[in-house]
Amino acid sequence: MSKLHLEDLYSGFRDSNVIKGFSKLIEKEAKKLSKHINIMEVCGGHTHSVMKYGLPQLLPKNINFIHGPGCPVCIMPKERIDHAYVLALQDNVILVTLGDMIKVPGSKGSLQDARSKGADVRFVYSPLDTLKIAEENPEKKIIFFAIGFETTTPMTASLVDIVLQRNIKNIFFHINHVTVPEVMEQLVDSGEVNHDSCDNRIDAFLGPSHVSVITGSKIYERFPQKYNLPVVVAGFEPVDIMEAILMVIKQINESRCELEIEYKRSVNHHGNIKAQALIEKYFEKALQFKWRGLGDVPSSSYMLRQEYAHIDAEKLYRDILPFEEIEDYKLCICGDILRGMAKPHQCSVFGTTCKPSTPLGSCMVSSEGACAAYYKYGNLLNE
Amino acid sequence: MNKNVTLAMGNGGQENNELIKKVFYKAFKNDVLEKAEDAAVIQNGDLAFSTDSFTVSPLFFPGGDIGKLAVCGTCNDLAMMGARPKYLTCSVIIEEGFSIPKLEQIVTSMKTELAKNSAMIVSGDTKVVPHGSIDGIFINTTGIGEIIQAGISSNNISEKDTILISRDIGCHGAAIFAAREGIEISSNLTSDCASLTDQVQALIAAGIEITALRDATRGGVSAVLNEWAQQSHICIEVQEGAIPISPEVHGICELLGFEALDLANEGTFLLAVKQEDVSKALNILHSFTNSLNAAAIADVTHTYNERVVLKSAHGTKRFLDFPTGELLPRIC
Repeated sequence: MSKLHLEDLYSGFRDSNVIKGFSKLIEKEAKKLSKHINIMEVCGGHTHSVMKYGLPQLLPKNINFIHGPGCPVCIMPKERIDHAYVLALQDNVILVTLGDMIKVPGSKGSLQDARSKGADVRFVYSPLDTLKIAEENPEKKIIFFAIGFETTTPMTASLVDIVLQRNIKNIFFHINHVTVPEVMEQLVDSGEVNHDSCDNRIDAFLGPSHVSVITGSKIYERFPQKYNLPVVVAGFEPVDIMEAILMVIKQINESRCELEIEYKRSVNHHGNIKAQALIEKYFEKALQFKWRGLGDVPSSSYMLRQEYAHIDAEKLYRDILPFEEIEDYKLCICGDILRGMAKPHQCSVFGTTCKPSTPLGSCMVSSEGACAAYYKYGNLLNE
Repeated sequence: MNKNVTLAMGNGGQENNELIKKVFYKAFKNDVLEKAEDAAVIQNGDLAFSTDSFTVSPLFFPGGDIGKLAVCGTCNDLAMMGARPKYLTCSVIIEEGFSIPKLEQIVTSMKTELAKNSAMIVSGDTKVVPHGSIDGIFINTTGIGEIIQAGISSNNISEKDTILISRDIGCHGAAIFAAREGIEISSNLTSDCASLTDQVQALIAAGIEITALRDATRGGVSAVLNEWAQQSHICIEVQEGAIPISPEVHGICELLGFEALDLANEGTFLLAVKQEDVSKALNILHSFTNSLNAAAIADVTHTYNERVVLKSAHGTKRFLDFPTGELLPRIC
């Protein structure tokens, strides 16, 4: 058998002829649509691919993307970043987190700024790399500032598991893991009596595929059932996204409303049962979590279970962490953008005071946010 | 600009340019400096003059070490102005406790690379600082070269030029990242670290009409193309599929969420040459082992002033911007 190369895993899914082929099929199918449709790609990874590969340029005018809130870095509220900032500046502390988180500004600055003031901030590729840092610095307290959706939660749970099993005394956790379905639900159903609860323009969802590798596709069942919104769980390559769009349009044309999986090479209905059990063992749902740009979303995040309070930095450092509410920037319209009510360039501060280097709102924060993607790649799309 | 220096300000991209402009250009402002070329052109255009400091970690990496890098870096900056490197100075700051055999190894690499450039170190300085003050060893080199072909400048590129790349991109950045983060990959990913004098001089000797040359170091190919677009007030339209990228570099980018175009190179350069000279220039480059896969990658237009446009094989286009921030992996 010939050896499998990394390239083999994605090259077919970026093939220009296949992409163009899907573009033609979509164009044909979209002619049968009776109205414009808005498809929300929930995940920042999708937004990144959509913009990087210029997919809107290959779609007919009656298909529109709404870029969703699925970037864990973008949605991190200032209050939580301030926690990281304060913790990082404590004596004898090394704050460890994942990549992009380092550059996101809170109200006091970013972790990069904390580092330039002398804080020891490190980024790791895998939460388990924290073990090595702890071993090399036995006299320091290592605080793992955990972020990410269901995709990265099991890795943090594994780290918790190892820390407890091996009785490692110098690793602590600040948990900011969030979950996807609850925020999707909030977007389509604000739940406010005096508010039009359908104050959005979402006609269908592309479901984040890596999340579903862990959770299974089952977490999206409520959308076709309760809200009459089709969901297609899609991979991140351009061919995946194009195929998923075709699947959505076909559902609408055939008057179906279903949960389908495009990313069949990794996702099934039930997901990774072992990873789910590990999450369940160490974490429980917090009452609510404040999403930058969207406000409080009930049951949309995890925290460590009470019995692990002795490794929970949020509890151990309670006395020094700031808990005041910080309002989102007033002119920022991220909330509207995430509901599909506005496009990034319709925001009065877009590209002027709000830029990737000085983001005011959540969508400008990481390359996976809608505004940052528009700023970086998007001007051509206005043609 | 931030009140404290951040690591992003050393990235070769946007923040770096801002620091240079707002602090250094502001203080040192003069006509030569403001041309913002790889090396300053002085003495009525006879000499090229450049300096560079090297702080790489790890000090030894696949394909080179800090010594080789220190000579290549400055010699390449001179070569990019059509000059032959002649004389270099070498300043070394060493951390207390540094191994003498390692130091000798580094100096031997410098000697080998100097010989390739027919250049010599004519003055130097050493400082030793207490343990913990620096990361092992920092090296600065400054060089003077004799300009063989005058008029090469990043400020004169026009629609008559085509833009070429000398080889596959991103090898240095990817090799350093893999070595630094201990990512064990069974591949022959090595830095492209190499002297470019011979290639440039061969192009000049063959009479190729070279408008501009620039080696794509920190900030990678993205930074060079954007600098050229701004300095020459042009639009550069790049055929994404024409850019050579090795499977190894592609793999690192896939794993860590990087763009190969943003990764640093240490022996890869971009050329703007007159359209009629493209195939001749490529033939010459293909005769060197360090540029076997040189390729034409972009045309010059005025479609979007001072912007770089990346055109995909599936018919879409997008802007390619300066790299910003630190190179950080995306998390999911």
